[in-house]
Amino acid sequence: MYYAGLVSEYLKNYAKTRLTYRADFWVEVISDLLFQFTNLIFIFVVFMHTPTLAGWTRDEMVFVYGYFMIPYGIFSCFFNLWSFSERYIVKGEMDRVLTRPAHSLFQVLLENVDPPSLIGSMVGALLMILTGMNLGLSFSPLDMAVLLLLIIGSVLIYFGIYTALTSISFYSDAPTGILPLVWNIQSYGRYPMTIYNRFIQVLLTWILPFAFVGIVPAAYFVEGKGMQQMALLTPVVGLITFLIGITLWNIGVKRYRGAGS
Amino acid sequence: MNSAYMELIRIRFLTMLAYRVNYYSGILIYTLNIGVYYFTWQAIYGGQGTLAGFTADQMTTYIAVSWMARAFYFNNLDREIANEIRDGSVAIQFIRPYNYIIVKMMQGLGEGCFRLLLFMTPGLIIACLLFPVKLPTDPKLWIIFAWMLFMSFLINTQINIITGLSAFFVENNEGMMRMKRVIVDLFSGVIVPISFFPGWLITLNEWLPFQAITYLPSSVFTGRVPGDEILGVLLVQVVWLVALSIPILWLWRQARQRLFVQGG
Repeated sequence: MYYAGLVSEYLKNYAKTRLTYRADFWVEVISDLLFQFTNLIFIFVVFMHTPTLAGWTRDEMVFVYGYFMIPYGIFSCFFNLWSFSERYIVKGEMDRVLTRPAHSLFQVLLENVDPPSLIGSMVGALLMILTGMNLGLSFSPLDMAVLLLLIIGSVLIYFGIYTALTSISFYSDAPTGILPLVWNIQSYGRYPMTIYNRFIQVLLTWILPFAFVGIVPAAYFVEGKGMQQMALLTPVVGLITFLIGITLWNIGVKRYRGAGS
Repeated sequence: MNSAYMELIRIRFLTMLAYRVNYYSGILIYTLNIGVYYFTWQAIYGGQGTLAGFTADQMTTYIAVSWMARAFYFNNLDREIANEIRDGSVAIQFIRPYNYIIVKMMQGLGEGCFRLLLFMTPGLIIACLLFPVKLPTDPKLWIIFAWMLFMSFLINTQINIITGLSAFFVENNEGMMRMKRVIVDLFSGVIVPISFFPGWLITLNEWLPFQAITYLPSSVFTGRVPGDEILGVLLVQVVWLVALSIPILWLWRQARQRLFVQGG
């Protein structure tokens, strides 16, 4: 309850600062979507030349992409710690955060919320509905519950991986460049795993489980992919990844010594 | 005068060299990007021999060469110019006895030299080791490609300068800069070769400068352009280089009369 109150206070603050620059808001939303569009255009152009990609049709691939956009949008709304090392460690802003009672990660995340990213999730949901109808998929209430569970699992995977990587800043002060690297690996998760070689398949499924933010959970709803059981693992993988991330963070915070004056 | 411009190239090159560590991960990122497209295209080709005039082998080479060419010609001049306009430091540049546009061009060239030597070249070597990339053996093609690459750098830089100068006219050109980036990536042929587009889009692209940045040089280099057509392709780049100079000159003339510094 205490945390819910904090969320609404932080969001109110956010709205106040953003309303000062209204035009920028839309610029950000549209350019965000444009970036997603290039990926979609790639899918559309490719399927003008081939009926299937590793057994997946165009509508199925767009359906997967729609799913991919939902957890991604939620994640980018609440996680914007790309300059964590510079802002909180080098400048020592972490001092301020640590003097307060709420959990440090929770505060740091809320200080950087970006609700416009949620529009991407809505577009994703829309894509799922449109292609789902084309594919003749029917969603029972049970399916909806599963969908919710899978999305939560995928969001937890994002949070776990990126929290773990951000925690590296507590241990090493040099910018590592590993974040943008992993960021680019993430786009591998949108395509069927069977197109990759064995090494990448293992990497994406069990080490950096980005298969579970796109293709695997989305396959649950598409007929005849034989990945139902695998898809149901998503929340489990999510929980484990998240626990690893938060543990690394908690240990890291203890090592924090403050910097500057 | 010219030695001053040469000095700008040297200084930018040395500045980039100081931060070279940042570009090591860049090489890996570009390799990862090549990887995802390589595997996707392999799956798309499946058993099919040729798609839109590309064989699967040509496609692999095309992707590797195009991404690594992007590693060379890419720069953030648009952002640099926009920032200088916004924080007002462009006013100082106005009173100096050199041409601001040429200065920016030279700084871009300094960055380009750095990117060519420490980003594109090692990146291409790594890509060749990891993926079945087949580079041409004809030295003539290499020379033509080097020239075309230089031209695509100039054309891309011109487009960046135009986008950057637009900050003189709108207070916040962030949206324009991002939109430009998406359009250049999409229509230059890095993401999908232009011949894969539907007919009307191919026709449209023939009238746009973006194909001269990636699609034309990479097509020539992968041997998809027959020898007697190469001259025409070279000409297209020259025409765009000249054509794009016109809006730059015009914007620059207009801009000097309406400099409006925010803050400062």
